[in-house]
Amino acid sequence: MYSSKEISVFDIIGPNMIGPSSSHTAGALRIARLAANMVKKPIKHVTFILYGSFAMTYKGHGTDRALVAGILGYDTEDKRIKESFRYAKEAGLSYEFQTDREKKDVHPNTVDIFITDEANEETAVTGISVGGGRAEIKKIDGVEIDLSGDYHTVVIKHRDLTGVVASITHILSEFSINIAFMKLYRENKGAVAYSIIEADDAIESSVVEKIEELPSVYQAFLIEKL
Amino acid sequence: MEFKTGKTLLQLCREKNLPISEIMLLRETEISQMGREEIYHRMSHSWDIMKDAAKGALKGDLKSMGGLIGGESLKLTSRRVSGEPTACGQLVSKAVSYAMGVLEVNSSMGLIVAAPTAGSSGVIPGTFLAIQEEYGFTDKQMVMALFTAGAIGYLITYNATIAGAEGGCQAEVGSASAMAAAAVTELLGGSAEACFHAATSAISNLLGLVCDPIGGLVEAPCQQRNAIGVSNAMICAEIALSGIRNLVPFDEAVDVMYRVGKGLPGELRETALGGMAAAPSACALCGLCN
Repeated sequence: MYSSKEISVFDIIGPNMIGPSSSHTAGALRIARLAANMVKKPIKHVTFILYGSFAMTYKGHGTDRALVAGILGYDTEDKRIKESFRYAKEAGLSYEFQTDREKKDVHPNTVDIFITDEANEETAVTGISVGGGRAEIKKIDGVEIDLSGDYHTVVIKHRDLTGVVASITHILSEFSINIAFMKLYRENKGAVAYSIIEADDAIESSVVEKIEELPSVYQAFLIEKL
Repeated sequence: MEFKTGKTLLQLCREKNLPISEIMLLRETEISQMGREEIYHRMSHSWDIMKDAAKGALKGDLKSMGGLIGGESLKLTSRRVSGEPTACGQLVSKAVSYAMGVLEVNSSMGLIVAAPTAGSSGVIPGTFLAIQEEYGFTDKQMVMALFTAGAIGYLITYNATIAGAEGGCQAEVGSASAMAAAAVTELLGGSAEACFHAATSAISNLLGLVCDPIGGLVEAPCQQRNAIGVSNAMICAEIALSGIRNLVPFDEAVDVMYRVGKGLPGELRETALGGMAAAPSACALCGLCN
């Protein structure tokens, strides 16, 4: 369960969270919050498609309110989660929920999130809630990835070309960032790829800005450690 | 200060002449980038949330998301303070009302500490707060006892599971009960060895408990399972404090719990397809399958 990380006492006495379910409430919030991290412009509309146990029991677990709260950037302790629909309205965020109870070959707590920003650009993210409030992002815009928010993370969308990864790591070493894990994901050779860099220490936004200046990089996102 | 088994932790306690709580706090300073004060402060915050959650349902007006529970903590408290003779004594009655209250707060989207899970989040606050009020322990003592509870929960997580979907309710409420039992034993002056005996009894007594949430919700029978977790913790602490020992050591009991959990059919591991969840009256309340 905790292969890459030592178990902290606060993993056991914790997380501090708005109930009722670590997987269906806190974990759902974290998926949405990670997804919202991958959109830079203000978010206008979100469509959630719920699968498996999420689709069956989301209302009784407040999964819907937690997902909206995650898009709003709340943490799992935030008492506004219960009233997140109201706060979304105030923030000009619209949302809809769909359920797919037929699809069986998915993790039991899976959600597809389709985000539309104010420039009408769309981002599609698939996330799963793996228990104990922990979340993983499994797909961005059709590319399969693995992202947990357990570390300070930079997600970089770039062209799949020779030398791009080298220039990214060069910038990281310039900023003396100690990389814990680095992973590269791509759909087809030469097409879009995602590099995910996880670090032990906090990463400054200037690092991301510098990476975005690279010619083959489309976008880079700083994902906060959750 | 690293340990992966109860046996190693017990050796550390003896070598350093320190209680479990202190060893667990030292371990956290080593694996995190936080200092002792910061770690203590963070745990103190968790304790504050627990106390608020335990009393949250006494204010009334909580509505659970699934509508299956609500008002139980107030009913228990009203009866306890009415002067009627209690069936389980003031201490246990109070602990049960607090524990069940936390589940009301949890199911109405209130703030709780998953300890170790949301479904078992009433056991530790209920046990701790009743013990504190009854015997006058300071908040500092209670916060340190949370590290003792954390040590037991860590060992179970590392060597077995605390997830109902994997091991049934014994892994959730059973683990919470073992954590609380060890912590209470330390608070009341028991040795580290006695703490492990208390935790072992708690696991053994709830062995095989299934996870069968009606409608798939963290409401019933979860709420009353938390009550049994509390009373079991207190009973096991009392047994251990009296110098009574278990024939099976803690590490073996954890392994037994894990294997029993793996042996439970899927219907009895949080899927809401068996146990109380599948009783005709429960199905009538739920309607998910229709």
